[in-house]
Amino acid sequence: MTAFDQPVQLEEGPVTAPSLPQTRIVMSKHLSDAQLKRQHWLDLLFRNTTLFFAFLVLALLAGILISLFVGAYPAIQAFGLKFLVSDSWNPVTEEFGALVPIVGTLVTSFIALLIGIPVSFGIALFLTELSPRWLKRPLGTAIELLAGIPSIIYGMWGLFVFAPVFADHVEPWLNDHVGPLPVIGGLFIGPPMGIGVLTAGIILSIMVIPFIASVMRDVFEIVPAVLKESAYGVGCTTWEVVWNIVLPYTKAGVIGGVMLGFGRALGETMAVTFVIGNAYELQKSLLMPGNSIASALANEFTEAVGDLYTSALIELGLILFVITFIVLALSKILLMQLRKSEGRQS
Amino acid sequence: MLPIYAQRRLVNGFNLAISLLTMGFGLFWLAWILFTLFKYGFSGLSLELFTQMTPPPGSAGGLLNAIAGSLAMTLAAVAIGTPVGIMAGTYLAEFGGRGWLAPTTRFINDILLSAPSIVIGLFIYEIYVVKVGHFAGWGGALALALIVIPVVVRTTEDMLRLVPNSLREAAAALGAPRWKVITLVTWRASKAGMMTGILLAVARISGETAPLLFTALNNQFWSADMNQPMANLPVVVFQFAMSPYEDWHKLAWAGALLITLGVLGLNIVARVLFRHKMQAD
Amino acid sequence: MDGQLIQNPKIQVRNLEFYYGKFHALKDVNMDIPEKKVTAFIGPSGCGKSTLLRTFNRMYDLYPAQKAEGEILLDGHNILDGKQDVNKLRAKVGMVFQKPTPFPMSIYDNIAFGVKLYERLNKREMDERVEWALKKAALWNEVKDILNQSGNSLSGGQQQRLCIARGIAVKPEVLLLDEPASALDPISTARIEELINELKEEYTIVIVTHNMQQAARASDYTAFMYLGELIEFDRTDTIFVKPSKKQTEDYITGRFG
Repeated sequence: MTAFDQPVQLEEGPVTAPSLPQTRIVMSKHLSDAQLKRQHWLDLLFRNTTLFFAFLVLALLAGILISLFVGAYPAIQAFGLKFLVSDSWNPVTEEFGALVPIVGTLVTSFIALLIGIPVSFGIALFLTELSPRWLKRPLGTAIELLAGIPSIIYGMWGLFVFAPVFADHVEPWLNDHVGPLPVIGGLFIGPPMGIGVLTAGIILSIMVIPFIASVMRDVFEIVPAVLKESAYGVGCTTWEVVWNIVLPYTKAGVIGGVMLGFGRALGETMAVTFVIGNAYELQKSLLMPGNSIASALANEFTEAVGDLYTSALIELGLILFVITFIVLALSKILLMQLRKSEGRQS
Repeated sequence: MLPIYAQRRLVNGFNLAISLLTMGFGLFWLAWILFTLFKYGFSGLSLELFTQMTPPPGSAGGLLNAIAGSLAMTLAAVAIGTPVGIMAGTYLAEFGGRGWLAPTTRFINDILLSAPSIVIGLFIYEIYVVKVGHFAGWGGALALALIVIPVVVRTTEDMLRLVPNSLREAAAALGAPRWKVITLVTWRASKAGMMTGILLAVARISGETAPLLFTALNNQFWSADMNQPMANLPVVVFQFAMSPYEDWHKLAWAGALLITLGVLGLNIVARVLFRHKMQAD
Repeated sequence: MDGQLIQNPKIQVRNLEFYYGKFHALKDVNMDIPEKKVTAFIGPSGCGKSTLLRTFNRMYDLYPAQKAEGEILLDGHNILDGKQDVNKLRAKVGMVFQKPTPFPMSIYDNIAFGVKLYERLNKREMDERVEWALKKAALWNEVKDILNQSGNSLSGGQQQRLCIARGIAVKPEVLLLDEPASALDPISTARIEELINELKEEYTIVIVTHNMQQAARASDYTAFMYLGELIEFDRTDTIFVKPSKKQTEDYITGRFG
């Protein structure tokens, strides 16, 4: 016999509430068929409304692609595939080719990743393995803050503060010390102007670091503790655990994060527009001004006269969208695979 | 055995030191950028910013019309984008169990989430500005709304998924039709999380410049008409910063500071709100 | 099961099969649930007792992959029939869950929520109904001064009684209880059991429990289920004193499960 078997003294007999009219169960429900029909109808309406808006999101993407294609059609007709490989951009003679902005977009994004990936990896490593507990949150927040700063601020800072410093102190040194090297030397020879492809790439790298670093940190954190502990158990150093256990375990997530950063860098407009120099010359040197698709659009679109000029710019936009679409789709697929393999393991 | 071990320890120490350096590298840029922004921004800050219109080149003025334009367009964008986002997110979380539509929409939404914002501006230019024949505040609001939608879709779905099924079952067990279960119980349970999403979306669009360039453009004067070109902080900052005039530069920095404070403030509020919600559960 | 056992069945289950996707969870279940009595379902976890309970208000309808075949007659009408309105059914067949599920709203609104779905009451009538339901669930004295506070602010046991009050407030005919006390402390459990005893005067109650003492204390009839089949169904004292099946006896005496 336990305490449970004793009936508990209730403060008030629930059935003998004297003040209340004794409402018996005479099914006081007024459920007319019309009302029920109405509820069914409302249910259907609600469901279909949400479905409509979900569909709208899909339609949005299709709409963007179609409208850009329609807008770009005159240019596509006029230049065909030559548009992709021609480096002339002449509004006066209406000769347009996208090579310079495409190369500029890819090169600046590539520089951004070249700097951004190792730095992000280091930051994620620090945040997950080295940082004292009490510092993790503030440091993580600080890095995320970097992502919160609007891109136009990066542009202004780049133009007014970073570029002069870069021109005075870094570019002369690059000219003197890296310039003479074989193969890569040519990339670093040029007048120290401060603005140019390299500057744009560096600023982009600062912008993508928070994106890549926070994805890396998040995926590093989902590595099961037992896995790391068993590696430490056989005498691995922290570095060996991260390099041999954590990184391979999270590689899909890491690559997904890098692609996400790549997508950001490709489409970034304002930060690049301020510092890239807007020149349609294909230069070997990274210190020379160049152009990217986004900054060409930002600079020229509202001033473009003539249908073909506008159309060529829209085609640039279409190319940018297609490139980012491919990159982002690949990153999504990688992240989905990560999730799938996670599902298998658990 | 010892030499190998010593070498491993050396590698370990070296790499960890590099890791520490990269952390410092990240913080260094953050500090430098914020320092610059505060230094120039605060020196440009004055009461006139909030009382006077944007000036012609070479004279002093304020940012009143730009601030008002930004607020109006942001508000309109949220008013347009939020219902769309919430409904679509609700579909994904509540009805999207089977079939191809939900996974495809989720995939596309994630792509829209990081699509280049300048292309969004181009899209609105094509379907709106060209049709009405001139730049207009509504165009800017629409472009910003398209940026709001994927953010809200994503957070709405995530937040609704956090609501335990038992709560839905309990409401259904009383005979509540599905739409009442969702609107009266599920939405209410995830209110704080959904608010967080909306705030993050506002933060995201507050600093957006690129999509406004071809849609709202700019307007040197006060305009309350969303059918006309409309001044807005980011584009004013862009134009003024790119100009050769000292006065304009000053205003640009002050405007940049306002934008950044607004965006970071929204981020902080959103975080606090979300943390609060998580603790409440 | 002989026809004599249940004189006035409220629910009659006929050849019921249930599937979670491909998994066959209930196999040819047949039983009669008596009106205004407490019927308990017992059995080891995964035996299908909760699944069976959730067919009585078609809760499984929320999940596309789940489906039931056969017949369940409520007052002689087949509720598995496609023509049956599910929401109307659920208004007649209330349910209380294992974990308390207060809605994110005030105590008062928690009760009023279900009532408003099917009845139009004025403020005074609604106040009376809320009070009536809370009194029936033996919660009134504890919450009468805090009706505007969130339902989440109550203790676990109070929350569960709030959920029972919410279920009663819509005046169902059948009350389904899915392990209503398993997440509660002993004192709260005892209160709930006491409450069940009071409520059977007016409601047909079906309770799923993994606690055999609870089934023995609180129910009039007991069904023992195992691996998706109904092994034995009889008066509770018969089941616990001299079960006719070996498996039932093994389970009751704790030899497995």
